[in-house]
Amino acid sequence: MNYQNLPILSIVTFFPLIGIFIIFFIRKDNYRLIQRIAFITAVIDFILSVPLYFSFDSSQWKMQFIENIPWIEQFGIYYSMGIDGISLPLVLLTTFLSVIAILSTWTAVTEKVKGYMISLLFLETGMIGVFCALDFILFYIFWEVMLVPMYFIIGIWGGPRRLYAAIKFFLYTMFGSSLMLVAILVLYFINHAQTGVYSFSIPQFFGMNLSMNLQFWLFLAFFIAFGIKVPIFPFHTWLPDAHVEAPTAGSVILAGVLLKMGTYGFLRISLPMLPQASMNFIPFISVLGIIGVIYGAMVSLAQDDIKKLVAYSSVSHLGLCMLGMFAMNTAGIQGSILQMVNHGLSTGALFLMVGIIYEQRHTRLISEYGGLWKVIPVFTIIFLLVAFSSMGVPGLNGFVSEILILIGAFKRNIWFGAIVTVGLILDTVYLLWMFQRVVLGEITKDENRHLKDMNKRELLCLLPIILFIVWIGVYPRPFLNKMQVSVEHLIEQVKFNNTITEGEKREAHFSYGNFNTDD
Amino acid sequence: MEILIPTINLESIYPEILITVFAILVLLLQVFTSLPGRKQLGYISLTGIVLASIIVLTQGGAFGENTALPIYSFSNLWVVDNFSRFFKLIILIGTGLTVLISIKYLKDEGIDHGEYYSLILFTTIGMMIMAGGSDLITIFLGIELMSISLYVLTGYTRKRLLSNESSLKYFLLGSFATCFLLYGISLLYGATGTTNLKGISGFISDANFGSPVLIIGMVLLLIGFGFKVASVPFHMWTPDVYEGAPAPITAFMSASPKAAAFAAFLRVFIEALPSLQGVWVDIIWVLAAMTMTAGNVIALVQDNVKRMLAYSSIAHAGYILVAFISTDKSGIASILYYMLAYTFMNIGAFAIVIIIGGKGEEKVHVKDYTGLGYRYPLTAAAMTLFLLSLTGIPPTAGFMGKLYLFSAAIKSGYVGLVTIAVLNSVISLYYYLKIIVAMYLKEPELDVAHDSLVFSPAMVIALIIAVCGVLLVGIFPSPYIAMAQQSYISF
Repeated sequence: MNYQNLPILSIVTFFPLIGIFIIFFIRKDNYRLIQRIAFITAVIDFILSVPLYFSFDSSQWKMQFIENIPWIEQFGIYYSMGIDGISLPLVLLTTFLSVIAILSTWTAVTEKVKGYMISLLFLETGMIGVFCALDFILFYIFWEVMLVPMYFIIGIWGGPRRLYAAIKFFLYTMFGSSLMLVAILVLYFINHAQTGVYSFSIPQFFGMNLSMNLQFWLFLAFFIAFGIKVPIFPFHTWLPDAHVEAPTAGSVILAGVLLKMGTYGFLRISLPMLPQASMNFIPFISVLGIIGVIYGAMVSLAQDDIKKLVAYSSVSHLGLCMLGMFAMNTAGIQGSILQMVNHGLSTGALFLMVGIIYEQRHTRLISEYGGLWKVIPVFTIIFLLVAFSSMGVPGLNGFVSEILILIGAFKRNIWFGAIVTVGLILDTVYLLWMFQRVVLGEITKDENRHLKDMNKRELLCLLPIILFIVWIGVYPRPFLNKMQVSVEHLIEQVKFNNTITEGEKREAHFSYGNFNTDD
Repeated sequence: MEILIPTINLESIYPEILITVFAILVLLLQVFTSLPGRKQLGYISLTGIVLASIIVLTQGGAFGENTALPIYSFSNLWVVDNFSRFFKLIILIGTGLTVLISIKYLKDEGIDHGEYYSLILFTTIGMMIMAGGSDLITIFLGIELMSISLYVLTGYTRKRLLSNESSLKYFLLGSFATCFLLYGISLLYGATGTTNLKGISGFISDANFGSPVLIIGMVLLLIGFGFKVASVPFHMWTPDVYEGAPAPITAFMSASPKAAAFAAFLRVFIEALPSLQGVWVDIIWVLAAMTMTAGNVIALVQDNVKRMLAYSSIAHAGYILVAFISTDKSGIASILYYMLAYTFMNIGAFAIVIIIGGKGEEKVHVKDYTGLGYRYPLTAAAMTLFLLSLTGIPPTAGFMGKLYLFSAAIKSGYVGLVTIAVLNSVISLYYYLKIIVAMYLKEPELDVAHDSLVFSPAMVIALIIAVCGVLLVGIFPSPYIAMAQQSYISF
């Protein structure tokens, strides 16, 4: 295929930099132009990424669209990119949400627009890079690089406590990733000792022969790194701060994509590289996941700030995501990946909705609203749809992933499934209760009588999300199909390593490690 | 008794001779005030530095696996190998950048004398001798030449009390440390009968020698070098001296002399004392952990940026010590590479401290950086780059450097120490962020009248070089890594 010869992943990853380059030369007070260029850049990048979906061959688990160029040969570091069925949906989610995020800031951010747009585009490059990188160092670089623009987005354009939130976000993530770096280096030298090759190539590390003890420590290091990012229950405290203080677009990206980097890390690195440890950690992580679901929901119930409520609901949804992933079966993992996408869509949309009313009233307190349905009916309908999607009402996207995860969890352990099902009821409660207090009832505050309904631009932001919310809810097959084979292969990798003897293992996986020569 | 006249190979010290000639030339031009070029002494020194770098680059052929090196000369007192060449290049880059950032500073402070440049050049000769000496006596000679010139330079703004204080402190403590070093050298000589590095190592391994005298001598040397590289607990002088010295000299001291000290440190311990590795590795393990942690933790509470960077430079010495104990050769290469990266990012950061500091270095506090990101976006962006590089955030030279250092240590199995090191990087993020926070995240106070910053052409050139250095060494590190890897071949 002609398309295969283009370094399409690099183009998609680095295209936003072209936008940055152009914006760099525009005077900073001409912010309309800056916004337009940023928007156009993001749209083109999205259009560029769409063919990935169509030319992705879902019948095989191998990495596709591979690029492999020597970068730092002395260390065996390659500029190596490629995606499989697990990363494909996340890449598309990133390019999609970036467009929405940029469009949503049209009127929300009018100060220092130049820096803002540069940060957002830079962030996009970093995020896509994380999902495409097949070299550990490249992965780590993208992982770290995107911290800087996100830090600035929260810290410069954020709310009143933005300083605290930004620094906390940066320190937490850096703490996790520094441990990850140690783990990566340890793996690197063990791999060298075993194969005699210096390589940071991620597939090279799959199915390595590691002692149980070592796997435990490495898993722990990666667990802290990814767990902070997800965030898994005890590491979640940075998230509400970051979400509440971040501007709308920042929250959308943060919830939509950034958190997925953590869950993606588990799928791409922890599970296939440290299979035995992953199996041993199943009860531990599942329990943390369930605690996350219930705790997130309970704390959400108590919030008066809508944004904080949505932030805690993220903790809840991602707990579910972890539970599904560590069910270690096809339904669970597929559900988990789909949940990542769904959470990105519905939570992103919720943040956008909050942003729309916040822009007019400058408050996010639930008690300040009430009876909005009379004033802004279009908003109400979309808000209802989005809330339904988030709570997993059948026919919308959230239902599909939740049911898959539940199936997976029940298969793994009937108690996990049972408890989390009860926990999910809470999800419905806090969202419906919030909806009721904000939108239904009588108008209690006079300020709310003159709210403007959604304008065309805001509709343009939300309608594409609604489209996917319904589409995935009604007909999820095209989305699930693309990941099916990759997920099955992943599970095979984990199971395989837990059953066979050491010697056969390396041989069986050798073809995977050599992906760059036979493709 | 027949007196042997040693073979003199002048060619092997061409760069040092050249710098000496320029040092004296600058001094003479200053004295004979009517001579042309009196106003351009900085640029004349720079010419000398550039020429010397070119000679170093071509000495004994290009970097690579050439068999011409190492060349020993002057009865094995002196060696030209890739190791010394690489360090000399780092030293010369550091010196060149220092000269560039000094030019305007000296004019502002009214101390624009030729002696300043001359002293810097003499320091440079001292450092180059440290890098190239293959005998304890030569290395000591280099250390003294470097230190004495630096004592004067620290007190160069002689009307400032702090500067005088720092000079005196540095001198007293420095001489004290030198005593340790000398004592160590004499004990080593007493135990082995030679001051030649290869000779010492040969003697120890021949005699399978483990006498207490030798061990004590080694420990004393360790203390002496520990002082020079500012490792905890021998770091007490650093913050005061760094704070009091003229800012360009602080920049200089944190980069080039540190590189030179590490060059000598490495050469003595790895070339002369490899048999005692079992002993010194453990000591340095502890030193490294203490140095990183103390440096970073104390830096957290600093408000004076110069002082903060002083503590940060202590912490960086700690990171380098992490790779020092890696018995693997990649440890040496990683230190070389890191020193190169460190020179660019640290002098770059100090250059901005000088710009912000203004006349009399009055604005050296974190609050003086408030709103810089909006008034001078490019300057603030450059500072951000340097600070992120010092933290070790990719894609900068600092990240690649740390990656290299830590991977060398992990290769030798020091996972625990590396874990301490990466956690230290997280701590360091906090205080580096303090400056970034001030520059971007805090609104500039409207009622405070800001003087506009003045950028001299030399300063701009220095900044451009530093920024390019940080990015190039960080994003396309292959050639520099290759050079660093070639540099341990002589051992």
